[in-house]
Amino acid sequence: MIHIVVCIKQVPDSAQIRVHPVTNTIMRQGVPAIINPYDLYALEEALRIKDKFGGFVTVITMGPPQAENALRKALSFGADDAILVTDRAFAGADTLATSFALASAIRQIEKGMPVDLVFCGKQTIDGDTAQVGPGIAKRLNLELLTYISSIVSVNTEKKEIVVQRRSEGGVQVLKTRLPSLVTMLEGSNEMRFATMPNMIRAARTTVKRWDRVAAGIEDISKIGLKGSPTVVSKVFAPSPKTVKAEIIQTNSGEADEMAATLLMKMFTKFPHVREQLEKSAA
Amino acid sequence: MSEETKKPAGKKKFELDPRLAEYRGIWVFIEHERGTVHTVSWELLGEARKLADKLGVQVAGVVMGAPGEDTRRFCQEAFYHGADHCYLMEDLLLKDYRNQPYTKGMTDLVNAYKPEILLLGATTLGRDLAGSVATTLLTGLTADCTELNIDVEIRSLLATRPTFGGSLLCTIQTLNYRPQMATIRPRVMAMPKRDTSRSGGITEHKLSMIETDIITKVLEFIPDENTNKVNLEYADIIVSGGKGLKKQENFQLIWDLAKVLGAEIGATRPVVQSGWVEAVRQVGQTGKTVRPKLYIAVGISGAIQHRVGMDASDVIIAINSDPNAPIFDFATYGIVGNAMTILPALTEAFRKELSARNAEAVAA
Repeated sequence: MIHIVVCIKQVPDSAQIRVHPVTNTIMRQGVPAIINPYDLYALEEALRIKDKFGGFVTVITMGPPQAENALRKALSFGADDAILVTDRAFAGADTLATSFALASAIRQIEKGMPVDLVFCGKQTIDGDTAQVGPGIAKRLNLELLTYISSIVSVNTEKKEIVVQRRSEGGVQVLKTRLPSLVTMLEGSNEMRFATMPNMIRAARTTVKRWDRVAAGIEDISKIGLKGSPTVVSKVFAPSPKTVKAEIIQTNSGEADEMAATLLMKMFTKFPHVREQLEKSAA
Repeated sequence: MSEETKKPAGKKKFELDPRLAEYRGIWVFIEHERGTVHTVSWELLGEARKLADKLGVQVAGVVMGAPGEDTRRFCQEAFYHGADHCYLMEDLLLKDYRNQPYTKGMTDLVNAYKPEILLLGATTLGRDLAGSVATTLLTGLTADCTELNIDVEIRSLLATRPTFGGSLLCTIQTLNYRPQMATIRPRVMAMPKRDTSRSGGITEHKLSMIETDIITKVLEFIPDENTNKVNLEYADIIVSGGKGLKKQENFQLIWDLAKVLGAEIGATRPVVQSGWVEAVRQVGQTGKTVRPKLYIAVGISGAIQHRVGMDASDVIIAINSDPNAPIFDFATYGIVGNAMTILPALTEAFRKELSARNAEAVAA
């Protein structure tokens, strides 16, 4: 029996995000909230290990009350238990404060059942930091395995795991002990469909709500804005370039005439592009 | 993670905790693998040099690795690329990258020599290490930055990064914590000129760890196959296609042009999602950042998510049927029209021009 905790985050679907042209603020209205897509690879991998060895999968998220929907979705895929860590005191947390809160909550989960593995996505699509996974691992003294493309084997008796880790020039095959924390790479698996019994169970399961105290946090200077070393000093839209493209126009408007005109103009103004082309094309 | 909900730093006069004032200088982690330094480390030394000159401090490279692994040569190269000093940690345990010994080594170095800023490349290695080091030191870390600056008065690093899929930028500061840490995307900062007249001193520091302390073992390293390798980030010429090409078959015209130019092929995210080309060819916020000498964008509207990955290109040619496409706001040259007729004409024009030149070269 193996106990896996999967950390997920509810994020706005970034494909549908718009920025207000005047105020430069994010227009959240009507933008659907989804489970961070990278977290689904983590959840699926956890469910596969459970299928193979038997076990228990707990999903956890920190967020506002409506993040409960993300947890319910995870239950419908097959997770066994769901915990929403939610408290106004967490507001404004950066990655250091977030990993503190989640690590503390995972310690509370451990009191009920020892944890063998913690899974996270590679990063979130809204924050894109990839820092919370490593942060949790360090705080819980778990072996850290980031950018994992495949779980090669899990030995539940010896408490060992072998994984393939993506590095810049190739793949590292790593062996380590449990408990460890794995961040899964995209494309490592494909999320299963929710089954009807799981969907019914998800609808009936009570998602546990933990506030700061339930998550085992006494020191409020470690969480939220107070516990965050970083501050956002400015948010702004990328500055529009003042120089617009020179649009190539010719009398005939024929494609070959436009192409020739373009090349002539470019090679006159940017001789280094011509030099490069002569090198590359040769 | 919910940076957007935070309040701005405020305007009241900031004073640095006097205990942190002894932190001085800018460090760059020199990332290497199998005998080669990742180019991002040199790009960061170039950037660190500029920031350090504003602060009036030194730039140091941090080289970690196994003895005899060219580590001293890397220190030398670090001097050539802008470092004044190097911190060198040699130990057999550092032969392959593993989180535990590298985190221990880096945190020990920081605690011993106290830099005010620590920069790493936003690579898989850099982000793995930075996240662990920042948590161990309990300091602030800004991920995947695209722009750095200094507020000289309060000696604060201004780390700017795209947020919300690149639609906005945010500047993040780590005020009363040291070091101020950031990872920076490869190819965003310009490569500094290599100056072999530069030199510097080396401080060696021991790793206080033995193999039995380290739980994770590297069983094997499987290098990526070099055949068919797409090296978009360092390509000098890129031809990129977007959904304006309408059909996968039409993407062949991109390959034709690229072949004549000896160019790499790039694509937008929707093109990759439709499976027209491999994911490694994606340029933009969730793909690669490129800075070629020439970038030809065909059927690409120029949405911000794509733009952030390519607008540092020297020359951008945009071909789009929509005269109001945002790509024309920042391209160098634009042709408004149907890509299906313009692309073959452009390919032919380049072919003629380049073969004429090569013929001249042969005749001379």
